[in-house]
Amino acid sequence: MDALTHTLLAADVQNRGAAVEAYRVTKRFGALTALDEVSLKVEPGSFHCLLGENGAGKSTLVKCLVGYHPPEEGSFLVDGREQAIRSPRDAQRLRIGMVYQHFTLAPGMTVAENLLLARGDLPLRIDWRREKAALAAFLDSTPFRLDLNARVADLAAGEKQKLEILKQLYLGQRLLILDEPTSVLTPAEADEVLGLLHGMTRDGRLTVMMITHKFREVSAYGDSVTVLRRGKLAGSGKVGELTTQDMAEMMVGSAVSVATAPRRRAADAGRTAGDIRLAVDGLCADNDRGMPAVRELDLVVRAGEIVGIAGVAGNGQKELVEVLLGQRSARGGAVHVDGESYGATRAELRRHGVFSLPEEPLRNACVPNMSVAENMGLRDFDIAPFSGGWLSLRFLRRGALTRRAKEWIEAFGVRPPDPSAAIENLSGGNVQRAVLARELSGAVRLLIVANPVFGLDFAATEAIHRRLDQARNDGAAILLVSEDLDELLELSDRILVMSEGRIAHQALAGYVDVAEVGRHMAGGAGHGAGH
Amino acid sequence: MSETTDGLAFGSLALALLGGALRVSTPFLFVSLGECITEKSGRINLGLEGTLVLGAMGGYGVSLLTGSPWLGVLAAGLCGVLMGLLHGGLCSLPKVNDIAVGIALMLFGTGLAFFLGKPLIQPQAPMLPSVELGAWSDNEQVRSALRINVLLPVGLALAGLLHWAFRASRWGLALRLVGDNAAAARALGYPVVPIRIGATAAGGFLAGVGGAFLSLYYPGSWNEGLSSGQGLMAVALVIFARWSPLRCALAALLFGAAGALGPALQSQGITAGYYLFNAAPYVLTLALMAASWTPGQTLAGAPGELSFTQR
Repeated sequence: MDALTHTLLAADVQNRGAAVEAYRVTKRFGALTALDEVSLKVEPGSFHCLLGENGAGKSTLVKCLVGYHPPEEGSFLVDGREQAIRSPRDAQRLRIGMVYQHFTLAPGMTVAENLLLARGDLPLRIDWRREKAALAAFLDSTPFRLDLNARVADLAAGEKQKLEILKQLYLGQRLLILDEPTSVLTPAEADEVLGLLHGMTRDGRLTVMMITHKFREVSAYGDSVTVLRRGKLAGSGKVGELTTQDMAEMMVGSAVSVATAPRRRAADAGRTAGDIRLAVDGLCADNDRGMPAVRELDLVVRAGEIVGIAGVAGNGQKELVEVLLGQRSARGGAVHVDGESYGATRAELRRHGVFSLPEEPLRNACVPNMSVAENMGLRDFDIAPFSGGWLSLRFLRRGALTRRAKEWIEAFGVRPPDPSAAIENLSGGNVQRAVLARELSGAVRLLIVANPVFGLDFAATEAIHRRLDQARNDGAAILLVSEDLDELLELSDRILVMSEGRIAHQALAGYVDVAEVGRHMAGGAGHGAGH
Repeated sequence: MSETTDGLAFGSLALALLGGALRVSTPFLFVSLGECITEKSGRINLGLEGTLVLGAMGGYGVSLLTGSPWLGVLAAGLCGVLMGLLHGGLCSLPKVNDIAVGIALMLFGTGLAFFLGKPLIQPQAPMLPSVELGAWSDNEQVRSALRINVLLPVGLALAGLLHWAFRASRWGLALRLVGDNAAAARALGYPVVPIRIGATAAGGFLAGVGGAFLSLYYPGSWNEGLSSGQGLMAVALVIFARWSPLRCALAALLFGAAGALGPALQSQGITAGYYLFNAAPYVLTLALMAASWTPGQTLAGAPGELSFTQR
């Protein structure tokens, strides 16, 4: 099949979305039942949302559907006919395609090369002029716009997401499954991508099934919704007939109000602010590629307040946090803590009571193959009472470390409650709890936090948010960097928006205009298109 | 008067450097192109130094036995393929590090070549022919500088071919995909491990051919001091060339010129610091690595799957 007919097939002949049904699908991993007799029905040409908490079985269900791990029991019907989907190849034959949460693109190659490689039937010699013309024609047949010659590494996150979707459309898929497609996008980018997909379902050309946990996206774009909880079907229905409250209750299984988490009130934010704990002046830092990532950034965090930094990933937040934690050297500017010059040395961290919850704690805050007790002692294993002995040789006192670890494991509910277990064998939530115990049990004066609840479930998220709030009320200064705007709105006294390495906008709690924040978040990310 | 002699001396020095670059650069060229193919697939083969020496020995031996230097070149390439397959195969086992395997194979290759090559030290094998590009000139120095070996144009053409193939052939695109994002390649159904083994074998072939140049053209004999680290320097050269075959060719000429600095100065009567100038390629390697490698940064253009770009 040559490139042109392929494109024509993708664009014209293929004008109906697929209808898909799952019937009592069960999937077990060892003793764990990940999916328990789940049934769902997706109408042809509809936009179907799959809601649920982390670990509810959403990903497992769609992975069954695309043949990654076939289910033990139950069946799938495509266009009313039962189909055995035993491998991704079977799914491809039925024109079911999946867009994953993480990008599966080759960053060093161009948009055109990535699309062509996805096709899989390349000629030995590639006639780029003809292929590019065919690809341009294909792009014209979709609502998506991308520069074919751009290198993927230079694309903004929203453009990468579009390319992932285009890859699937290029393969002529009739059912597109998206796994939390907007988790790395700005609100504006998310609206654009979902709006375009929604438009394609309105034409009847495509059926979309989207995993999400954002109610806003469900109400704005979804036709129908299926909610999973702990591997079981918790409910389903048409979007117009279910309220956000209904869906939230199905998701968490109780009448907890999650729609409007308590946001800080303006009056609360106006209380007397304390002394300046952290002052950043004109900070500059480079990213891993040597390009400027933080540009002349100024900010101040006072005692007893949480300053939230919003922004789309990749606008310098990671580099800022790394400089403040001593993981990266600044190229210019100054950082002061308690009025003293600060270079994140161990002595300074200790003197000023600086603690941190970096993102990916297993990588950034732990030594994976050391025990929980040892990891809990990383801050103070070298001072009394955990080290000491003859001739000031500072022998490690394992007994003291283990005793304290046991107390913290108890207080913070770390599972399994075994101080000698290697920390890499704990689940993500328990690693976070162990780090939390280490970082919040001391006299915290300044706390630097980055995406603290990423990948955690509802209960763990609540617990961490409560502890952050407690630390603030006890007088700590907290810098909270998060990609989750809701989290920032819920916790912060002030919100700063970071875009292209600078503070683009700032707002006090209670006076935050979400649309305004979204616009400033998008300000930097829109640039990538020009490359 | 003295200005003219200075000018003449400078001209003949430049000519000697050019001649040296054209003469010495061929092994750099072949080894770096081979390493370029291997690294584009996401693996580093540090064993090419051993492959080079083994290829030199094998090529010399077969040329001696058959009387055909071209069969020698082929045999050298096949020695390289075997070494490449060994490296590729070992690295495909779980939890095997490609750099460690490379160092082991470097020692294995040189040791094996020394062991098998003992009887080849005395006899004289038939050499590869050269091409007289300087026949138009009546200046002996120009003719000597432009007397190039046949492998050099082959290597330069190969650099052009690889540049095209990486961009516009099925093999090239698949190779780059595997080296850039193995998970994506697997998801698209490209066989990651066979492609990497194939790329390492192809890289080995070229390194072996580079070795045949050493024993069958310049210096043109087999002995244990034949290679002076060209195989290792070529690896550094690939990084300096940012994984582009065309830049590999330029860098190989630059390294060749650096290698010719000592002999060229000596031919001009400057003997002071001869050994110091002979060290020029090594100094150049160090300087280039220091210049192109800043800590805390990943290199632009580096294949995403290389073990040193993973953090």
